[in-house]
Amino acid sequence: MSWLETFRAGIEAVRAHRLRSLLTMLGIVIGISSVILTVGLGQGAQDEVKDQISALGSNLLIVSPGSSTSSSGVRGGFGSASTLTLQDATAMADRYVVPDAAKVAPTTSGSTSLTAGETNWTTSVVGTTTAWLDVRARALSSGRFFTAQEVEQAADVVVLGSDTASELFSFGSPVGQTVTVDGTPMSVIGVLASSGSSSTGSSEDDQAVMPIGTAKQVTGGSGSSVSTIYVEAGSAETLAAAYQEIDALLLNLHGVSAAAADFSISTQDSLVETANATNQTLTVLLGGIAAISLLVGGIGVMNIMLVSVTERVREIGLRKALGATPKVIRRQFLVEASVLGLAGGVVGVLIGTVGAQVLPPLIDQPVSVSVVATLAAIGTALALGIGFGVYPASRAARLTPIDALRSE
Amino acid sequence: MTASHLDPPIIELTGVRKTYRSGSIEFEALRGIDTGIDAGEYVAVIGPSGSGKSTLMNLLGCLDNPTEGHYRLAGEDVSEMSEAQLAEVRNRRIGFVFQQFNLLASLPAWRNVELPLVYAGMPRAERRERAIAALGRVGLSDRTENRPGELSGGQQQRVAVARALVTEPALILADEPTGNLDSGSTADVLDLLDELHASGRTIVLITHEHDVAARASRRLIISDGRITSDERAGVTP
Repeated sequence: MSWLETFRAGIEAVRAHRLRSLLTMLGIVIGISSVILTVGLGQGAQDEVKDQISALGSNLLIVSPGSSTSSSGVRGGFGSASTLTLQDATAMADRYVVPDAAKVAPTTSGSTSLTAGETNWTTSVVGTTTAWLDVRARALSSGRFFTAQEVEQAADVVVLGSDTASELFSFGSPVGQTVTVDGTPMSVIGVLASSGSSSTGSSEDDQAVMPIGTAKQVTGGSGSSVSTIYVEAGSAETLAAAYQEIDALLLNLHGVSAAAADFSISTQDSLVETANATNQTLTVLLGGIAAISLLVGGIGVMNIMLVSVTERVREIGLRKALGATPKVIRRQFLVEASVLGLAGGVVGVLIGTVGAQVLPPLIDQPVSVSVVATLAAIGTALALGIGFGVYPASRAARLTPIDALRSE
Repeated sequence: MTASHLDPPIIELTGVRKTYRSGSIEFEALRGIDTGIDAGEYVAVIGPSGSGKSTLMNLLGCLDNPTEGHYRLAGEDVSEMSEAQLAEVRNRRIGFVFQQFNLLASLPAWRNVELPLVYAGMPRAERRERAIAALGRVGLSDRTENRPGELSGGQQQRVAVARALVTEPALILADEPTGNLDSGSTADVLDLLDELHASGRTIVLITHEHDVAARASRRLIISDGRITSDERAGVTP
């Protein structure tokens, strides 16, 4: 009996008991569609994080201060100390000291209230230098960014995020208008284009960017300390070199050993990895649950196949009497189980794919279904069918034709 | 196929014994059977239940191996064959007709008839042609697409006879073929067997009904695992 013939007979047998086959497949359908969805969710979340982090800028190194220890001995965690200074940033920008750093943008952060006419709005204040626009890969929708001269003079100019601009100036162009910050009037010289995504939760579109000296006056930052220094390496290849150079420079400048470093440098890759590690844990957990439901589905197939063998003892006996060898009978039942598994897998993939289209707007999470995962899911379903079909099939094959024929 | 005395017998049993063992209990169902059946014979095996008649039928049908002795079917010793080899012998040499018809309810008549050809590995188109020809032979040309549920008992048994014929086997083995039929259908099926015999087929019919056995040209009476009487039509009443 040829494979094609056996396969045709398998489909016939599955179709002969429509409802039962459907119920049997259900376990596999649920298992496969949930595997597709969980893997898709995990993949979608990872893609999103990757997008957000690459939106920070390209080939970026992020230098943060180390932890502070208060007088009572409470340690504040990374970023709490004010160990990074403008001088550090200036040193990093030196072509001879850090040849692989293309652009350096020290930033301070704070928050303040802006007033425009009758309207006021509280937003975060970023104090920085001219390099910020390039390093953070931002663009302006109107006006201009501040100049090196304005940074040096700590001029009273401000560039608004797109959301901030629309909150303060509901009509007309904000450029050329004046906002009052802490009693100081500042002229709005530009508006940032929307960045469209956020990596930190706070909107990148709701902020006021000023020359670093101006920001310090407004938010009352201490001395020359800065909260973060963004460094853009010349290329992806020089990122590691830039990392080493900055690390060495800061250790030297601060006069500390590597073990006592009072700063930390992170790359986009390390941020991506951290974010992915969290996502991966979740994906593995959900995937595990889906895998268990697949296992249950497989056991369902075995159960039904065993019932089917018992129910069809006479048929098996007859087929054997007519010349079916044990091998042919085993193959017939194996193919039937695989047809169940395969059909379940295909339906599961269909449901999973439809779910991946329907779900994202409802749960506000992207779901990306990969071709590899889909093929793997179908393969798994087929393997389940075969794996859990082996035992029932060999039971059918072992039946002796006399006993099988004689049973009622 | 014409019987000639030069042909070797289709069936040759020498010293055949069959012992069943269940736990420590041994039961000897056949206690030494020696007989031969020639091509073209129509033999009825008669015996009460428990006589060993079903065991003999299983052995003749290559559904089981004898414990002792030899069984040559069409010149081939099948007594020591493996299950897979026996399956092939059954497929090639034997056509079965069962008391319970044993048709597959989900398949139309012609698909039931073609089953042995499927296991013989014949291509689909040829199988269909031969199955339909066999159904014509038993007078069911107009019922090829009907499922067993749509046929009367007598018609179902005729489908089963067609299935037994379709491989052109050396032997047709009918196990109580009329046990589940009313008298009209019984006569029908027996007439069919007579016809097949007349056209030269070798038939072994197993039954406990003497009027059914009366149709055969030779009667083997079996009792307590032994052949107690071997009578040919016209020789003894």
